[in-house]
Amino acid sequence: MAERILRKPAGASRLVFALVCGWLTLLLVVPLLALVGAVVQDRSEVLRTLLSAEARNALLLTLGVALACIACNGVFGVAGALVLVRQRFWLRRVLDALIDMPLALSPVMTGLAFLLVFGRSGVLRPVLDGLGVEIAFAWPSVLLATLFVTLPFTLREVALVLEEVGDSEEQAAATLGASPWQTFWRITLPNLRGGLIIGTTLTTARALGEFGAVLVVGGSIANRTQTATTFIHAAIEERQEPAAFGMALILAAAAILLLLFMQGLDPTQKRSPAHGD
Amino acid sequence: MKGSLLLRAGVSAWVTAFVALPLLVLVVRGLEGGPAAFWEAVSGPAVRDAVGLSLWTAGLATAVNAVVGTCIAWVLVRWDVPGRRVIAALVDLPLAIPTLVAGMLILALLGPQAPLGRLLDQAGLQVAFARPGIVLALLFVTLPFVVRAVEPVLEELDPAEEEAATTLGARPVQTFLRVLLPPVLPAVAAGAVQTFARSVAEFGSLAAVSGNIPFKTLVAPVYVLGEVEAGNTAGAASVSLVLLALALTLQPLAHVLARRAGGGRG
Repeated sequence: MAERILRKPAGASRLVFALVCGWLTLLLVVPLLALVGAVVQDRSEVLRTLLSAEARNALLLTLGVALACIACNGVFGVAGALVLVRQRFWLRRVLDALIDMPLALSPVMTGLAFLLVFGRSGVLRPVLDGLGVEIAFAWPSVLLATLFVTLPFTLREVALVLEEVGDSEEQAAATLGASPWQTFWRITLPNLRGGLIIGTTLTTARALGEFGAVLVVGGSIANRTQTATTFIHAAIEERQEPAAFGMALILAAAAILLLLFMQGLDPTQKRSPAHGD
Repeated sequence: MKGSLLLRAGVSAWVTAFVALPLLVLVVRGLEGGPAAFWEAVSGPAVRDAVGLSLWTAGLATAVNAVVGTCIAWVLVRWDVPGRRVIAALVDLPLAIPTLVAGMLILALLGPQAPLGRLLDQAGLQVAFARPGIVLALLFVTLPFVVRAVEPVLEELDPAEEEAATTLGARPVQTFLRVLLPPVLPAVAAGAVQTFARSVAEFGSLAAVSGNIPFKTLVAPVYVLGEVEAGNTAGAASVSLVLLALALTLQPLAHVLARRAGGGRG
């Protein structure tokens, strides 16, 4: 759509503009500044707690889990989008509905569901005991829960792009004698780049910030299953406010960087997870 | 052809293992005690109070954000205002910020240790660890939904109609209420349903700011956490099913409304 000529606000609309700016400032900007202020005020204590082994291990676990989620969701997102957009079969609608479930569930319920599968009295307990694998209250549970909550993002973004580009280029490649693999690597995947970048950004943001599910299923054990967010939670409970604020500022800064990256992308590619159909 | 079948099987297995299996176990565990045990788990005074609190705070946040979100979308789409890009970025901020961190932002500003929080406390208005804090956190985390639902629909409306109304002497507010609002109402409703669903499910920010006091500031998802920590996973699963049923009614409703609203790729 052509860029529309926008008018300068006048009269009552100027008032609405002022109210919108005031609201956004009070709700978003001022609390952010307050967080920065709280960290600056207690900087030596914040620095000391953030340099502790617990904080470092929490950040490392969060980063590792986020990277694993990016990789898994990249592969699954492309595969899943190809199946959902290109294939027609009786299970398709069921899969389509299931993929959105992580967005509908409260994170605590996600954690509980995984606990009921992998936990002490979980349904897979006999199998896991037989294999000698520990999942609940160990790092794999953190990974599994985060994979669950980030499942839809890459897939949905890739699917949108896939629907838009259609398959004429691929048919042309096949007609010209390209093998399915060649077509995939040279045509399909490059076409999906935009969707993959946005989906990966959304996945990263969610993986870095997931809290409820990893708290329930991981148990927030320091140096073992504690992530950046559950570190904050533990710090609040122990009344270690500087540690909580410091870690919160790190996560907020990461979120803002990801947001700025998204804003910098080509506006025609820009989409938000709140996007409907 | 063999490749595509393999792909289909792989994707189906992945979704089954990651989504269907945990959900199925949650449902089975929530119902396995029979109807009496289920009813007992979901009808106790503490549960009813927590669910009630979740519902009314979510309703309040939804009402406010329906109005505010529509106004923000209108400003973003229609007016040449300074800092439009900044406003657009700010609206997306709650989607990027972890919800627990959103709670920490509110604590940093209005918590018991913060200067402003202390000041308000002395004036008799407690925000953190009280109900106003819950509503504030919900307003923060659900800010983008109505804006993002309304924006594409508003963009597709012909501004000529508004201009005609203005030329015929309508004031901006009249134009907004009579010409602009009726066609975007389904989009507002779609965004509002998403806002409500998210508010009822919200956990991270509320775990930080609500204080989690039973019968006062304990919301439903935090109640579920408490039951899990107390070892009552069956009861927690039962209450989860009630929340799940609500989410599963709201999600298709949001989809239907979004489709009716059109806009975007509609």
